[in-house]
Amino acid sequence: MNLFGPLWLSAQLALVTTIILVIIGAPLAWWLARTSSRVKPAIQAVVAMPIVLPPTVLGFYLLILLGPNGAVGSWWVQLTGSALTFSFTGLVIASCIYSLPFAVQPMQNAFESLPKKYLERAWTLGASRLDAFFSIAVPLSVRGFVSAIVLSFAHTLGEFGVVLMVGGNIPGETRVVSIAIYDHVETLNYAAAHRMSLVLVAFAFVVLATMFVINRRWSER
Amino acid sequence: MIHLRHRLPKGNFVLDVNVEVPDTGITGVFGESGSGKTTLLRCIAGLEGGDGLPVHRRNVGYVFQDPCLFPHLTVRGNIEFGARRATTRRVESTSVVDMLGLGNLLDRRPDTLSGGEAQRVAIAAALMRSPDLVLMDEPLASLDRRRKDELLPYFDRLHDELSVPVIYVSHDIEEVSRLCDHLVLLEGGKVAASGDLVEVLSRVDVPVLSGRNAGVVLWANPVDHEDGLTRFDFGEGDIWAPGEFETGTNPLRLRIAASDVSIARERPAATTILNILHATIEEVHPVDAATALVRLGVGNQSLLARVTNRSVQRLELRPGERVFAQVKSVTVRH
Repeated sequence: MNLFGPLWLSAQLALVTTIILVIIGAPLAWWLARTSSRVKPAIQAVVAMPIVLPPTVLGFYLLILLGPNGAVGSWWVQLTGSALTFSFTGLVIASCIYSLPFAVQPMQNAFESLPKKYLERAWTLGASRLDAFFSIAVPLSVRGFVSAIVLSFAHTLGEFGVVLMVGGNIPGETRVVSIAIYDHVETLNYAAAHRMSLVLVAFAFVVLATMFVINRRWSER
Repeated sequence: MIHLRHRLPKGNFVLDVNVEVPDTGITGVFGESGSGKTTLLRCIAGLEGGDGLPVHRRNVGYVFQDPCLFPHLTVRGNIEFGARRATTRRVESTSVVDMLGLGNLLDRRPDTLSGGEAQRVAIAAALMRSPDLVLMDEPLASLDRRRKDELLPYFDRLHDELSVPVIYVSHDIEEVSRLCDHLVLLEGGKVAASGDLVEVLSRVDVPVLSGRNAGVVLWANPVDHEDGLTRFDFGEGDIWAPGEFETGTNPLRLRIAASDVSIARERPAATTILNILHATIEEVHPVDAATALVRLGVGNQSLLARVTNRSVQRLELRPGERVFAQVKSVTVRH
């Protein structure tokens, strides 16, 4: 439990975050890839900001926003009776914002490299815009989707600063693996820190290596 | 009739077309590059301009210059893409597959096909949509000569067997002469001439048809063979063309370029040219400082001859005069 609790919680958080990010990130990436709107650079900057900002800055503002007195947090309290901060749901929201660029950018790149001719041909063959998106754009952008999934999952798994600010350290609720490792190191329990860290190192290596192998197979085809 | 009415300004260029074309057969849209041919097709399909009706509701098949088959689907998947989304079902998949000779390609992936094969698949896909109108944007232009010759017979079959009207954009007058029944000439985004193919091609006053594109199409019956040649009868006189074409069938198309026709006052006696026809000058139209186009009436059909202005003066060629037309070369559509 000591080892697997935080790992399992991190995996759950990463999984839920990834699913949400693909669902909301794909339409956003599609819009960004195809729009010539003047607000596009501003939206792109907002999406990319978590890459540049220190997680503590992001976490600080999210703590205020999601807190019981914040704009979102107070509304949530009215709705459900419980606070968003220091809860799993709050962590999911924070992670979605924190990992958004890692989901949006690979999908946007894939959509941008999709020749417009394919879509035009699909439309003339009777496919609506939505139909052409699912039957042509998505299957031809599989690589972008795989990258988005892997990066969002891995990035959420490794987050620390934002979780610490928004989630704290509640076992089973917000005590994810990066917090647990930090805790173990603080209390000089190096053996436990080692066990968890090694699992993460192995995981990161396996996932990235698999992705590069798949990429190579695809580019050879 | 199909009424095509499209206006679209694009920077300095304005497409402004208002023309009626037949709702049967193949209508060629011919013009130099930049004359707005592709823009016109894109407007008809709703890919540009547009009155708000989405592309997928227009029931128009579009064959692009580059086949751009969907790489993640097999040939079968590509062909069925349109069929699954068709609102009406007028064509049978098997007949389209047969007509375009795709039977043994169905399980192949697009990246294993030759350019000509890919274009046949793209045509099949467009037809399987059961469109009311098929638009073809230079479907042969991206192919080399050999692939083109491979593909042309399939277009002949489409022409003979298909009941859907086709609008066929091309900048190759030979292709247009071979495949089309009706012709729209575009110049600078506007219609310079339109009408029956034979009629439009015999005009001398349309700039786009006055250069190396000048030439006519004649209809003639193959009658018999001699010395590896076929004799074609077209009312007033015979035309010999190399090759043995089946006789007793429908009239065939003969394409005669204006640069292959010369004019003589008297019947030339000793000449290698086989085809010498008695003709009446109908119109003489100067093209530039040096040359002129002459329309000659032969029976109830027309020939065009490109001659120099100097010869026009020397031989005193005027409308109404009887002359001899010497035809050096004839292309037969078989």
